Amino acid sequence: MYHPHTDSDREEMLAAIGVKSLEELFDGVPKEFRFPAMDLPPAHTEMEVWEELSRIASANDTVADLPSFLGAGAYNHYTPAAVDSILRRSEFYTAYTPYQPEISQGTLQAIFEYQSHIVNLTGMDVSNASHYDGATAAAEAVNMARVIFRSKRKKAILSPALHPHYRETIDTYIKSADFEIIGEDLDPALGPEALIDLIDEDTAVVVVQYPDFFGRIYDFSKLAEAVHQAGGLLAVSVNPMTLSLLKPPSEFGADIVSGEGQSLGIPLSYGGPYLGILATKNEYVRSLAGRIVGETEDKEGTRGYVLTLSTREQHIKRERASSNICTNQGLMALAATVYISLLGKQGLKEVGNLCYQKAHYAASEISKLDGYSLWSSEPFFHEFVIKTPKPAKEINEILLENGIIGGFDLSRSYPGMEDYLLIAVTETNSREEIEALIDVLSEVKHG
Amino acid sequence: MVEKVIYDKSSEGRRGVQFPQPDVPLVEFPAAFTRRDLPLPEVNELEVIRHFTRLSQLNHSIDTGFYPLGSCTMKYNPKINEETARLAGFAKAHPLQPEETVQGSLMLMYHLQDFLAEIGGFAGVTLQPAAGAQGELTGVMIIQKFHYKQGQTQRNKILIPDSAHGTNPATSAMSGLKVVEIPSDERGNVDLEALKAECDDTLAGFMLTNPNTLGLFEEHVREVIEVVHAAGGLVYGDGANMNALLGIARPGDLGFDILHYNLHKTFTTPHGGGGPGSGPVGVAEHLVDYLPGPVVAVIEEGNGEDEPPLYGLVTPKHSIGRMKSFHGHFAMHVRAFTYILMHGEEGLRDVSKHAVLNANYLMVKLKDTYRLPYDRSCMHEFVLEGRWPEVPDVHALDIAKRLMDFGMHPPTNYFPLIVREALMIEPTETETKEVLDQFVDAMLQIAKEAHESPEILKDAPHTTPFKRMDEVKAAKSLVLCCGLPENIGA
Repeated sequence: MYHPHTDSDREEMLAAIGVKSLEELFDGVPKEFRFPAMDLPPAHTEMEVWEELSRIASANDTVADLPSFLGAGAYNHYTPAAVDSILRRSEFYTAYTPYQPEISQGTLQAIFEYQSHIVNLTGMDVSNASHYDGATAAAEAVNMARVIFRSKRKKAILSPALHPHYRETIDTYIKSADFEIIGEDLDPALGPEALIDLIDEDTAVVVVQYPDFFGRIYDFSKLAEAVHQAGGLLAVSVNPMTLSLLKPPSEFGADIVSGEGQSLGIPLSYGGPYLGILATKNEYVRSLAGRIVGETEDKEGTRGYVLTLSTREQHIKRERASSNICTNQGLMALAATVYISLLGKQGLKEVGNLCYQKAHYAASEISKLDGYSLWSSEPFFHEFVIKTPKPAKEINEILLENGIIGGFDLSRSYPGMEDYLLIAVTETNSREEIEALIDVLSEVKHG
Repeated sequence: MVEKVIYDKSSEGRRGVQFPQPDVPLVEFPAAFTRRDLPLPEVNELEVIRHFTRLSQLNHSIDTGFYPLGSCTMKYNPKINEETARLAGFAKAHPLQPEETVQGSLMLMYHLQDFLAEIGGFAGVTLQPAAGAQGELTGVMIIQKFHYKQGQTQRNKILIPDSAHGTNPATSAMSGLKVVEIPSDERGNVDLEALKAECDDTLAGFMLTNPNTLGLFEEHVREVIEVVHAAGGLVYGDGANMNALLGIARPGDLGFDILHYNLHKTFTTPHGGGGPGSGPVGVAEHLVDYLPGPVVAVIEEGNGEDEPPLYGLVTPKHSIGRMKSFHGHFAMHVRAFTYILMHGEEGLRDVSKHAVLNANYLMVKLKDTYRLPYDRSCMHEFVLEGRWPEVPDVHALDIAKRLMDFGMHPPTNYFPLIVREALMIEPTETETKEVLDQFVDAMLQIAKEAHESPEILKDAPHTTPFKRMDEVKAAKSLVLCCGLPENIGA
């Protein structure tokens, strides 16, 4: 389809190689397995494939069609047109990992600026060039702690208010006979201080989320103090958008910051690709997973950038590498870089404030309804839990019948929380949408 | 040519984009959590656009020139992929929406699982892994869990050829397995005797890239797989090189138990300057229950055109667990689905035929000038030595840098490790004969220069906006980020 060969090209090339047919090039493949049949749909032209894919896409009802209050780790934000305009520069999206710095300065400088944005948002010292997503970045944070303590500390404590997918991913990545994962079974209603009792001399790392999965904001200073006293590390998983207003985790004593960067100009796309954030203190830079870009000069003294500290990485260290990661999320990191650059200091604060204000309006109005109440009295950012008069699953069904995508039914991840709904509100939710939500919720009670 | 960093363009009070005023009553932000300062740049939209547009122009890319980076399959990424992936029905779907509202996404994923299973000869596929290396990790964890379930907990050794990608041993080590390297023989195959010697009851599995990183089809592939199976091990296939095998041979038919696909190599999802990738994993029947969850399944059978089946997310019985948030890089799934649908069976077979044709053509044209250590018909790529005994100061790196002066991206160099001064060349099927001939001319001229005026190579590149970079300085000084000018030194 996209190969440009004419018949005469093929003939000349085959003759140069010294074979008679294309098929003869595959004589080394065992005959009985050569050229198997594959049951695939017939080839489509571009026009046909566009029609077919448009048809499939139209079978979805999305947040573009319906007001949505679904968050739980992926958020519907407005992305200015300039972001995608840059992502569509094919000099960016059809390049690969910048192995040859002389002809990759665009990608390299963009990553350097990404690292700078992440450092300045989180307050940490260094950031890598990106990781897959919030879940795998959290898993790498735990893995980093394991590497930093050379596997001598054999325990990680996970907050039950860390995103369930992140905890599941950490379990898959790290849990083994030699490494224990605890804390997940604690009552999620308890604050971070409940984790302190679990800390001991064998604890490599404590992992918390900020704001947590339920939207709550906690000060982790006491927790940090406790884990540091025991010689362990504190890892904090963040939503970077909220750091536009919130104190950075560095001020609570975080040693490693991971996070999900989807909020920074990346489309929902039914779950990916998103952006894993991983940042740490200078002292742990050599245990940081993934690519890192550093500033240097070319031989004429011109400032430029290269991939650096690659002796940590799999292509050099092989089985002694700090992680196996190779391809990361380059283009998603670029999206975040452009988004942050474009919104800048003021724009990011505005988005943060809109989310905060609208969420608080929604929470306050819902809690006035008969049968509904807020689950927690802790401060929250743009997501909160309401206790519902009927199972959240049923509430969501009723909302959908009324053309609204509801919140996250917490029983999907927390058995026993059948009557609790996690509601997210962003700058894209208008007051009318929030009021429509409240109207339907109020009718549920009375109906 | 130097483009200032965006922080150096900041001016206090300058705006890029504005958002509406809040339309709800305002409340105070809690003082205890308020950040003091947000040290980010303040720039205008045009400045941002110019900045990143100029940066983009400093990149070599597939759309600007030949990119024969071996093992990476830098082929043309069709523009239609970018359009289908951005359809609002896909791009605006939240991953946790009720399944009945996202039947389009689920159907697409279900069929893509099927297509990939059919192309690889497998019984089941997960689309969850984020990239090839995560696909490997998925595969190795499946191997471990399978043995564990069989009560074979002593199986903790994984065998990896010396020609393998670095991710193979790194992945195995991450999973706590003991890595044993297997040498290659003089024809570039796995050394069978060395393999047999390691096949005991501690064997968990063998990771085989086929065609291997030399671009050679493993001549004893069946025997290698049988030896491993006979010892109770499983065979993992690194599918980085699937661009050679579409409709040519199915790894599942050859006996591989597991394989990861790189959608960003074989199935034209863009490489993005270093990701996002997508690394689905296919498995044979006996491993389907171990796939990471969730996968897409038919929950209720349909009934003809009017009543399509109901698709949903399910977690396999013995699943190794979750590899990442949500369901994988869905926007990449859309692109790969688009690509497969445009090709069909014969179209895909043609892809591999022409990828192999282009590689063999280049190999034949270059092998009299550059030493070809394993001289036999190649698949989609081949590896030359970038050195000549008579000019010992010239290295593969010099050849690579000099190629930039011809407007071409260098081949992968210094990999695989078993070839001295390796130049690993993968032209892909989307290049014309004219481009290949230009590459040959450039390589022949460089060989001549290496002998007659090697300083041209040592000083290369000459015509690029940046000259050779000082990597030692970068590692020593470790400047890894910047801030606003007034904050420097603060």
